[in-house]
Amino acid sequence: MTSELISLTAAETASKVASGEVSAVEVANAHLDRIGAVDERVHAFLYVDREGAIAAADAVDKARAAGEQLSPLAGVPLALKDVMTQKGIPTTCGSKILEGWRPPYDATVTARLKAAGVVILGKTNMDEFAMGSSTEHSAYGPTHNPWDLDRIPGGSGGGSAAAVAAFEAPLAIGTDTGGSIRQPAAVTGTVGVKPTYGAVSRYGLVALASSLDQAGPCSRTVLDAALLHSVIAGHDPMDSTSVTDPVPDVVGAALRADVKGLKIGIVRELGGEGYQAGVRQRFDEAVTILEGLGAEIVEVSCPHFPYALAAYYLILPSECSSNLAKFDGVRFGIRVGEGDGDPSIEQVMGRTRAAGFGDETIRRIMLGTYALSAGYYDAYYGQAQKVRTLIQRDFAAAFAQADVLISPTAPTTAFKLGEKLDDPLAMYLNDVATIPANLAGIPGMSLPVGLAPEDGLPVGLQIMAPALADDRLYNVGAALEAALLQTWGHPILQEAPSL
Amino acid sequence: MSTSTADAVVPYDEVVAEFDPVLGLEVHVELGTNTKMFCGCPTEFGAEPNTQVCPVCLGLPGSMPAVNATAVESAIRIGLALNCKIATWCRFARKNYFYPDMPKNFQTSQYDEPICYDGYLDVDVETDEGMKTFRVGIERAHMEEDTGKTSHQGGATGRIHGADYSLVDYNRAGIPLIEIVTKTIEGTGKYAPEVARAYVTALREILRGLGVSDVKMEQGSLRCDANVSLRPSPDAKFGTRTETKNVNSLRSIERAVRYEMTRQAAVLRAGGTIIQETRHWHEDTGITTSGREKSDAEDYRYFPEPDLVPIAPDPAWVEKLRSELPENPAVYQARLQAAWGISDFDMMAVVRSGALDLVAETVALGADQAAARKWWVGELTRIANDRAVELTELPITPADVARVEALVGEGALNDKLARQVIEGVLAGEGSPDEVVAARGLAVVSDDGPLLEAIDAALAESPDVAEKIRSGKVAAAGAIVGAVMKATRGQADAGRVRELLLERLGVSE
Amino acid sequence: MSETPSISREDVAHLAKLARIDLPPESLDHYAEQLAVILGAVAQVSEVAADDVPATSHPLPLVNVFREDVVRGSLTAEEALSGAPSVESDRFRVPRILDEE
Ligand SMILES: [Zn+2]
Repeated sequence: MTSELISLTAAETASKVASGEVSAVEVANAHLDRIGAVDERVHAFLYVDREGAIAAADAVDKARAAGEQLSPLAGVPLALKDVMTQKGIPTTCGSKILEGWRPPYDATVTARLKAAGVVILGKTNMDEFAMGSSTEHSAYGPTHNPWDLDRIPGGSGGGSAAAVAAFEAPLAIGTDTGGSIRQPAAVTGTVGVKPTYGAVSRYGLVALASSLDQAGPCSRTVLDAALLHSVIAGHDPMDSTSVTDPVPDVVGAALRADVKGLKIGIVRELGGEGYQAGVRQRFDEAVTILEGLGAEIVEVSCPHFPYALAAYYLILPSECSSNLAKFDGVRFGIRVGEGDGDPSIEQVMGRTRAAGFGDETIRRIMLGTYALSAGYYDAYYGQAQKVRTLIQRDFAAAFAQADVLISPTAPTTAFKLGEKLDDPLAMYLNDVATIPANLAGIPGMSLPVGLAPEDGLPVGLQIMAPALADDRLYNVGAALEAALLQTWGHPILQEAPSL
Repeated sequence: MSTSTADAVVPYDEVVAEFDPVLGLEVHVELGTNTKMFCGCPTEFGAEPNTQVCPVCLGLPGSMPAVNATAVESAIRIGLALNCKIATWCRFARKNYFYPDMPKNFQTSQYDEPICYDGYLDVDVETDEGMKTFRVGIERAHMEEDTGKTSHQGGATGRIHGADYSLVDYNRAGIPLIEIVTKTIEGTGKYAPEVARAYVTALREILRGLGVSDVKMEQGSLRCDANVSLRPSPDAKFGTRTETKNVNSLRSIERAVRYEMTRQAAVLRAGGTIIQETRHWHEDTGITTSGREKSDAEDYRYFPEPDLVPIAPDPAWVEKLRSELPENPAVYQARLQAAWGISDFDMMAVVRSGALDLVAETVALGADQAAARKWWVGELTRIANDRAVELTELPITPADVARVEALVGEGALNDKLARQVIEGVLAGEGSPDEVVAARGLAVVSDDGPLLEAIDAALAESPDVAEKIRSGKVAAAGAIVGAVMKATRGQADAGRVRELLLERLGVSE
Repeated sequence: MSETPSISREDVAHLAKLARIDLPPESLDHYAEQLAVILGAVAQVSEVAADDVPATSHPLPLVNVFREDVVRGSLTAEEALSGAPSVESDRFRVPRILDEE
């Protein structure tokens, strides 16, 4: 029974709960048991809220019993990335500096999940403050890829992706600043969507880079992602950068799954050199499938994409150096070094930040501080913002030729834990294909397109659409997913070794 | 570091003979909005610590700002009243520096794109050659947020130095501020202190007239920093300036500028150099002391606030706000002065006491302007000073004063009784009519009792009666006084005199 | 171009001071080296963007997002202070402050 419940999709679970075939509490317990059984090895979770989860599930069951109309994801368990605040529940952002902090408020995403009857199981591991592509920069130890426990699950949202891949939860919330939803999805064989910038409220999402951050769904199927997307998206007056346009019909698009006559652009600059052979092979096969489904494949060029990584690694550290200034040991979080001598607050802040932040966080704060400094602003931050304009123009030109763009999500499959830890630049290259979408604010999805023949590890394909046209991702993604499922005969995660 | 030892100073007339002062004034105004700049917390003064805070103004992780529409409107109205241009597109920026009273360790402010820029304010100053108008250029007026309040514990003085630790209350953090920065003010010569004071006075009147702030300097809702420098002559390049903070009354502005001029002159005269620094004004001793040195290395790493979107005020909105601006206080004053037909000196007295609106309202309710001024600028200003409150905070309204004056006009009250009625109103005994009734105050207007009293008084002093009869009218005062005493002041002295002379068959 | 900018120990110490991070002296060289490499790599942004290219600070062209001036609920003092490392008399307690405002 348990193994059946955890392998259901979110859509299936919701319908079984709604019909009374299973109770939400049974579903929650099945997942809590799974977490108990495997998470010691996967380490997807930083905190499991057993009590809260059961209470939320119980409330759904009671509502059903009372004849209330249940929302489409009522009773479905979810893993929440530890970068989202949840009232009274520890929120660390993978950082020591927030150890023990229990926020006095819910993020808008958290509040919407609760209101929809989604059962929040706990908080997932991540690179500290979402900086990283491997989840190795968590102060609480790395998450392990369920496909191979010696490998990284991607990052920064490695915990969310691994939880979904390891059947600890059918759904998870991720956040994506440069690929932190899509790249973990790619390397764990799951689906991850970064919606249009501003489509999902950032209120309560602990900011890394405010102009790039965007929360989105992680799941095992495109339809499940769409269902979660429609629960969390929508205008929020608490987030002044949130869009007021209506949420596109992403669920309808996922159900439509028809690419006939659609123009799909392959981005020349994203692929080829630097991309693992097996990644390229599975990508090319997917292109053939899409063509077979009636899509028109065109090649487009985005000449400024090679500069996206550089612009990103100026904009992100700049914004992050300011966003992370509030972590000073005064109002929340840990305080370090107060008893050592008779220190001033200035010294205590300095000690707290030195002890509370990890290496990569300090590196990026320093980089951002440098880039914003008088005398360097124009050469670095100012120039990076101009490159951003050029990237947007590239996308505009490309979308004039194609309805959606596609590329491999990440250049390689999951690498070994520790492999790139001492080489920040090599680590940064993991996001080379995902970063342009963040710089331009457009939506992107990663979905699994098979296993690389050389290592048997999942490969992800990225779909990008114009801003506010998130529904196109779901339409194309669902069509490709259905065709692949037919080829494979079963969901790809069934090929993962059992834990 | 800061000491309270007074620096050497040069007598003021020697300073202005040797040097030319240059000023710059930065005024911070706390807006009287219902809520803070970026969150929905209330802004009431004096609440219990940390009860008017939320994740946003506490800078908790994950929180995001949302701009208060009324604050933006107030900023634009202030800009328009100061003859500024209104930006067609502007942004907020982050000013990054660490300080425990600033929850996010950056202040959300405006940097190179202020909402209002390039305006001016004309101010009048009494000079040796009579009243002279100085034009003070306005560089910019921009929106930002206030900081929390820190109280220093332990140590002897409660000041920052020597304190053992500090306690922070963030109720004030995030209250909307408008910072109004002047261009450099040159050409004032020896009137620099007066111009500084006149500028802040005029600015305060404008802000009060706009109703955007309660402009209470003593509560910190209007704060002034004065930049002062000296140079050998008006064609020399600017000297190094100091920035004097904590100047919290109109009088202090004038004093602080004057003091800083005399101090800098002493340094320069002795061959020293002025250090670019923040200085603190001490109201009690009338001096400034050295604060933090402002090094050029200060690097706020400004960049556009990524959590907020740009502001592009609709020109039609701006024009609507412009058309709805209240009359400029200077024009308003000139108009009232002409209507009342009073001298510059008398008008200045009304303005200085902050009674202009009160007097105008009292007159509008039918009182004579001289009587209205007499009450507000004289008696009531004295009482307000005694109670250390603003004139407007006294529990008496222009309507009350106008009613008292009406009763005087009807002859129902005389001067002395009127004063008692005012006292009663201030004591919370009710409206003037209620006070009159309750205290039984009324001029005895029936001639019968007066004649009785007159006869009694004449009988008491037959010799005086004789003097009056013989034509020494001046002697009537004694009898009138006796009658007034007998009627406990409730008689109309003029009427008593009339009746008395009539009784004795004498004419004036 | 993309020549490696030189970042000295002193530069790192200055940045650390601005960023209020009390770095151990022995780590300064390490950060100097890494920052120089990263800056060398990202400096290529100056190769592409011409002067006439406007800067984009925000991915979507939103303007004039305002909130009505209406009071919303605040936290209680207890909630506000709940996460603080040190509290006294309903205020956040901090060690003595060196700098003046
Ligand atoms: Zn607030």
